[in-house]
Amino acid sequence: MAGYIPYILCLILFLVGLYAILVKKNLIKIIIGLGIIDYSLNLFFVLVGYKKGSGFPILTKGETVHPMVDPLPQALVLTAIVIGLAVTMLMIAIAIRLYEKYGTFDITQIRKLKG
Amino acid sequence: MIPLFTVIPLGTAFIVALIGRFVKWLSDIFATLANLVLVVLSFFLLVKLQSTPNNVITYKVGGWIPPFGILLVVDYLSVMMLLTVNIVALCSTVFSISYMERYTDKWKYYSLFMLMLAGMNGVIITGDIFNMYVFLEIAAIASYALVSFGCESEELEASFKYLVLGSVASSLILLSIALVYSYISSLNFADIAKVLENLPKERTYIIKFVIMLMIVGFGLKAALVPFHSWLPDAHPSAPAPISAMLSGVLIKTLGIYALVRLLFNVFGIQQNMLKILVLLGILSMIVGVILALYQWDYKRLLAYHSISQVGYIILGIGLGTPLGILGGIFHLINHSLFKSLLFLTSGATEYTLSTRDLRLMGGLKQKMPYTTFCALVGSMSISGIPPFNGFWSKFIIILACIQINNIFAAIIAAVVSLLTLSSFTKVMKYGFYTEPQNNTAQIQIKEVPVYMVISMLILSVLCIIAGILVLPQIRTLFLDKVVFVLQKGTEYGNIVFSNL
Repeated sequence: MAGYIPYILCLILFLVGLYAILVKKNLIKIIIGLGIIDYSLNLFFVLVGYKKGSGFPILTKGETVHPMVDPLPQALVLTAIVIGLAVTMLMIAIAIRLYEKYGTFDITQIRKLKG
Repeated sequence: MIPLFTVIPLGTAFIVALIGRFVKWLSDIFATLANLVLVVLSFFLLVKLQSTPNNVITYKVGGWIPPFGILLVVDYLSVMMLLTVNIVALCSTVFSISYMERYTDKWKYYSLFMLMLAGMNGVIITGDIFNMYVFLEIAAIASYALVSFGCESEELEASFKYLVLGSVASSLILLSIALVYSYISSLNFADIAKVLENLPKERTYIIKFVIMLMIVGFGLKAALVPFHSWLPDAHPSAPAPISAMLSGVLIKTLGIYALVRLLFNVFGIQQNMLKILVLLGILSMIVGVILALYQWDYKRLLAYHSISQVGYIILGIGLGTPLGILGGIFHLINHSLFKSLLFLTSGATEYTLSTRDLRLMGGLKQKMPYTTFCALVGSMSISGIPPFNGFWSKFIIILACIQINNIFAAIIAAVVSLLTLSSFTKVMKYGFYTEPQNNTAQIQIKEVPVYMVISMLILSVLCIIAGILVLPQIRTLFLDKVVFVLQKGTEYGNIVFSNL
């Protein structure tokens, strides 16, 4: 059971992010919510490659082979982090522009589109 | 040769970004040339594919053997998508040469455009699930930026909406990739397909969960009802050539192609899961067309029709029979052609009249004969009037529905086609054929610049002649082979590995 706790915490983190996106009215809080979802997924990806009691996946000279964590998810997570950075930056840039146009971060007041 | 499909647009994007600021005219030429080369390369690949064994070409990135390295795979389905995407992209680029004069910083536009194209081509040629995610994000991020390119309040608002929903979709796709990796320990399409084939059936419950996540994630990207709410805002807000790209090819590449490739060739979807696709398709068809009926904004109307037409594609492919898949695939090609054509005509009318409200247009028949002709061709194609291409694909889809005794879906498809016709009758009547509404503004309008006319005429001609693709002799050469790729299902894995 104890082995599942990290995954459950990961799920809770994901749900916290989803809650922020669905309920919060402030643009910045929505952006933070998306960031939290990103982090929870990155954490999940790293957890997938983790094995209890294993070392880092580098074999130095003269060392015997020992249990290692899977390095591939870590490489993938690095890529995902970079993508998340780009998305967050674009989102913040658009939020700033929206603030210039509407003078507010409240999404209930940003509604010129309809139909 | 396969990597060139992403290398050329990526390289062009960076060159244009570097020197476009200083040499203004260069970005037009560079973007058009790159697109032209890509179209030629796609045709070349089509010819080359016919002479290769098993009709599969692979390329090992960096020389690493799969499943350890990234593998690029091109088969008939990929080539079909490459051709569609690059032809529509070429027409949009030619259209942009004149149209984008209205905006500042044209080179930034071209740079983002080429990035989006690189992402789409990458999604199509890749054979690796995480690599697909990366390319998908490249295309998606470029499209978010392009939707807000005008920096008006509506555009920014639409872009933010699109961004939030698109990011949630990407997160779900990433989650499904993490689950697949944790379960199978491989990211290669072919390898996943092979491993899954050897697993006992009762152990694949997690794959069912992954498939559901992917239907939601890619469904958000493809704007299937009930995931459609971003599309009617995002697509009309973009500049017209970008609307043409988004509605014409982006939702199909990122949504439908990726979903269909994964479900059919990698996870080997079962018949009962396909029913979900049929249901989503029918829902999208009905909701899209009903919401489109009372729109007066030309581009918003077209955007709602995109939802409805994507429903046809998903319905056809979801039927799972060879005829249904043929109809779906053929409608995918046709929809790319006529929807981008219609969005380009909406750009042309906006260019001259500065309005998108159909009630304020009118009287364009004499003043803009070419645009009117192109809009007429597009409208007749989308509403399924013979002999235009839209008729043939809708006809095949309805036949396929009747063939498996799904009369309900067949009736819905026919009724939605009629409603589409009524909607586009409205467009043609109010937008082009009535007398001018307010005479003062109408006097000085004239036909749009020559580049815009050329690109619209190319697409119109393609709309008229694309119907020949279903003729029996030509069908065996191209469309049947595309259908065959999907029909083989998870055989894909063995075929790719035997062709390394």
